[in-house]
Amino acid sequence: MRESRSVLPVTATGLHIERDGRRLVDVPEFVVSGRALTVILGPNGAGKSLLLRTLCGLVQPDRGRVLWGGGAPSRALALRVGLVFQKPMLLRRSAFANVVYALRLAGVPWRERKGKAMAALDRAGLAALAHVPARLLSGGEQQRLQVVRAMSVAPDILFLDEPTASADPASTGAVEDLVRRAAAAGTKIVLVTHDLGQARRMADEVVFMNRGRVVERAPAAGFFRQPHSAAARAYLAGEIVL
Amino acid sequence: MQELTGLFLDSLRLLAGFDGNLVEIVALSLHVSLSAVVISGAIGLPLGALLAISRFPGHGAVIVLVNALMGLPPVVVGLLVYLMVSNAGPLGVLQLLYTPTAMIIAQAVLVTPIVTALARQTLEDLNAEYGEQLTAFGVGRAGRVATLVWDGRYSLLTALLAGFGRAIAEVGAVIIVGGNIDHVTRVMTTAIALETSRGNLALALALGFVLMIIAVAVNGLVMALRLTEPRSAHA
Repeated sequence: MRESRSVLPVTATGLHIERDGRRLVDVPEFVVSGRALTVILGPNGAGKSLLLRTLCGLVQPDRGRVLWGGGAPSRALALRVGLVFQKPMLLRRSAFANVVYALRLAGVPWRERKGKAMAALDRAGLAALAHVPARLLSGGEQQRLQVVRAMSVAPDILFLDEPTASADPASTGAVEDLVRRAAAAGTKIVLVTHDLGQARRMADEVVFMNRGRVVERAPAAGFFRQPHSAAARAYLAGEIVL
Repeated sequence: MQELTGLFLDSLRLLAGFDGNLVEIVALSLHVSLSAVVISGAIGLPLGALLAISRFPGHGAVIVLVNALMGLPPVVVGLLVYLMVSNAGPLGVLQLLYTPTAMIIAQAVLVTPIVTALARQTLEDLNAEYGEQLTAFGVGRAGRVATLVWDGRYSLLTALLAGFGRAIAEVGAVIIVGGNIDHVTRVMTTAIALETSRGNLALALALGFVLMIIAVAVNGLVMALRLTEPRSAHA
């Protein structure tokens, strides 16, 4: 079920996606590796989410290819690539059963699943809600559950697509806390956001995208102090970026 | 008016006394229709799941066809099955005409499109909802169907009950292939038709009551399942 080779580095070459003649993603070269927490930042419609979904293997590019650990993405490797969607995607089961489902796919023996699932929920402060149907949790709790579920199978890399776009501040903090802990435990994090505050709080490294292109990629401190591109400068200054 | 009241009381007496004839007819009806639903489920649920998650050339046409077949007139199904199982038909050697087996076949033909179409709709909606996360998890086709069927089990049960409602209430198909033979192939609907024409209105009315009770019970069950679904289907 699960291969032992790592999916890192995740590399993309010559990625090109367009719809109705409009360029959505045009990324000649993109490599995700190391342990830095990477934030993909940019205005709405910059192609951030689409790039992320392509790297995850959910979207097939029109041209170019994505490699996981030097090989083609495959179902056997899928669990090593964690994914947290912007709109929570959870099974119509309890919070606990959602985590157990992932553990089962990962080939965890059924005797160990229960304990592991409870432990994972407990670490995220969701133990009391373990048997509540996942769809009845609040938006913030659902996002935390998505992170817990993705992390329960110890992926090499965790992609998050605007995980706190519609969360209240407390939930945002809780999700960010979970992500930081995952990063500290050695999981590579790629976080897509258009929330500047979040990018400042979380990023080790910033990838700034605009109109389908990676305009700038730099260590966070340098990027926020002195962005090189005009688009990034305008974005950071709160102007409309066209 | 007095006559009607007397008739009503007579029919209640038959019901209350568990009239042997009446019990036999009700039992055969349930046997035939439940068997037909089991067969339809065995064919329709996997077929519906397959249609829900796969895309192939002609996929849309197949769905239109299945949906159209939901409205098959029972008498036409009866006629077609009659042609198949009559002595001159391809299944003639099996000597199935005027047996409960023929009636089960006819009702299964009638109900399978209903189960297939409803299951397809249910599972397709669920797949739209689950699709990306299952893909992200690397779940294969078999695992996908299993997950969808399990998480959609309450709605699928509703599809089966809808099929049962159709089977137990139809008269056209069973009367053609069953022949309404006393103690052999007489079911509630055919008996009501016959007893009414013979003037044995008390028995017809009693059977009508049972049929309505079953119809109401099935509908109640469907409603109850729908109501419990948000709680249990998510758990």
